[in-house]
Amino acid sequence: MIRPALLTLLAATVSMPAAAPPAAAERLVTSLSEHRVMVTSSFNGSEVVLFGGIERDAGGLPLRGNYDVAVTVVGPRQSIVTFRKERMLGIWVNYESRVFENAPSYLAVLTNRPLEAIAGTGTLRRLQLGLDNIALPQRIDSASADDIGNEAFRRAFLQLQDEHGLYRQESNGVTFLTPALFRASIALPAEVPTGTYEVEVTLFADGMMLARTPSALEIYKSGFEQFVSSTAQTHGVLYGLATAMMAILTGWFASVVFRRD
Amino acid sequence: MQIYLPIADLPVNVFLILGMGLAVGFISGMFGIGGGFLMTPLLIFLGVSPAVAVATVSSHIAASSCSGAISYWRRRTIDVPLAGLLLAGGIAGTASGVWLFTMLRSIGQLDITIGLSYVLLLGIVGGLMVIESLRAIVRARQGKPVELRRPGSHTWIHGLPFKLRFKRSRIYVSAVPVLAIGYIIGFVGAVMGIGGGFLLVPMLIYILRVPTVTVIGTSMVLTLVTMASATVLHAATNHLVDAVLALLLMVGGVVGAQFGARAGHRISGERLRLLLGLLVLAVGIRFGLDLTLPPANFFSLRPLEGG
Repeated sequence: MIRPALLTLLAATVSMPAAAPPAAAERLVTSLSEHRVMVTSSFNGSEVVLFGGIERDAGGLPLRGNYDVAVTVVGPRQSIVTFRKERMLGIWVNYESRVFENAPSYLAVLTNRPLEAIAGTGTLRRLQLGLDNIALPQRIDSASADDIGNEAFRRAFLQLQDEHGLYRQESNGVTFLTPALFRASIALPAEVPTGTYEVEVTLFADGMMLARTPSALEIYKSGFEQFVSSTAQTHGVLYGLATAMMAILTGWFASVVFRRD
Repeated sequence: MQIYLPIADLPVNVFLILGMGLAVGFISGMFGIGGGFLMTPLLIFLGVSPAVAVATVSSHIAASSCSGAISYWRRRTIDVPLAGLLLAGGIAGTASGVWLFTMLRSIGQLDITIGLSYVLLLGIVGGLMVIESLRAIVRARQGKPVELRRPGSHTWIHGLPFKLRFKRSRIYVSAVPVLAIGYIIGFVGAVMGIGGGFLLVPMLIYILRVPTVTVIGTSMVLTLVTMASATVLHAATNHLVDAVLALLLMVGGVVGAQFGARAGHRISGERLRLLLGLLVLAVGIRFGLDLTLPPANFFSLRPLEGG
């Protein structure tokens, strides 16, 4: 029932097949249900579905049945400060901090089974696949820094991003519809920042990477939202005057409406 | 019903924001305060970033104090010359407050300064107001006449030079303390991101002996002008004023302020001061607990500005 629709989708696919690594003959064909997600005034999160197919080009060898797929979605990068509170003179103050430089503002790692089962730690590290393996360079500003602290900061950073729904790792995020067809749904929470998101699909078999296909997704503000935020940026004074006028008019209007005497 | 805020970059429930505006507006109309010290923490609690909350709340305060000021104007309970002189001091205070704000932010000690100032200011002001108004209520209960004005109890403040007569408030005081009070309000307001009405009202009452009749209307005029200019300044320098959030807060706020102003006229001055004192004290204690109790999470995240 689903399959004919899927095949049509794949036939009209937008992504180009990736250049396969020399050792393997598999190719990945992927398509996103939407390439542009619009943030409107009623935006409350969204979901983008990725469909993918595995092809074998040369020799016409039959497809293997033991493929694994990992889908990584990386949002626009930004530097994020993580503070740690400590008690000083009876009050809790932000004492130590680390700057996570150019960290993804959004990160989703979706796989068809737990990452550890798909490939060895070395491979995953090299590919920076998974929350445990992604490189998150830290800059230390405070004087009393140590390496053990770094690990604690990294854990806290990942945990807080996870609580906000911005970092997610789902070992059942990819579903195989047939041995060569899969789908993954990318959940975008309401707080996602706007910008370009890199989507990368990696194909594995027997712990080896066979192919990798990049793709992109754009999240942008719609007409009104875009107008408000760009006016606030480019015409700050006018925007401020307009807001102040709006405040005075609202106040005046209310006093007229509610006038009793 | 959810609506996406273009500057704060997050969706909020329209009715929740309207309700918050209504509630804070009611309080602000009743006591003649801006309500910023209530609204800013509420917005931060909802997930709005502190910078956007402070900047946006200033326009909300402008709207509700405007609607309040107009209804006090009709009752002829605004002392215009007094408000003008306070404003002169207020502008100078805001300028130095913004300077300190920028300096503290650059050395990374802004949060703790704001937290401590909230605790100290709200605690002291709230505590004093509660004690004073309780005394007044007890005196009234015992059948003693309520001394609204104590002509004999002039302090050193009344001995200062440059005396001016403010007809509507029926006071004759030096311009020096008036300018100084305006300066302090402007300074504290800029550093803490509040209108300062809850500080101004007791200062006018206890230091300048402005009668309760004119104090609220006059304080509202000062709040209106400072907050309207703060909105423009915040929008021009930091681009952090969320007009959609501001409009929602305003609509709730101005309606609430109208009902609040009416409710305020039905309650005696002492009761009103007691209620405001308790409210201020409660917020101060809340901030104090935040600083002293072990936090639920020792870590917190914040996007690096300008990066």
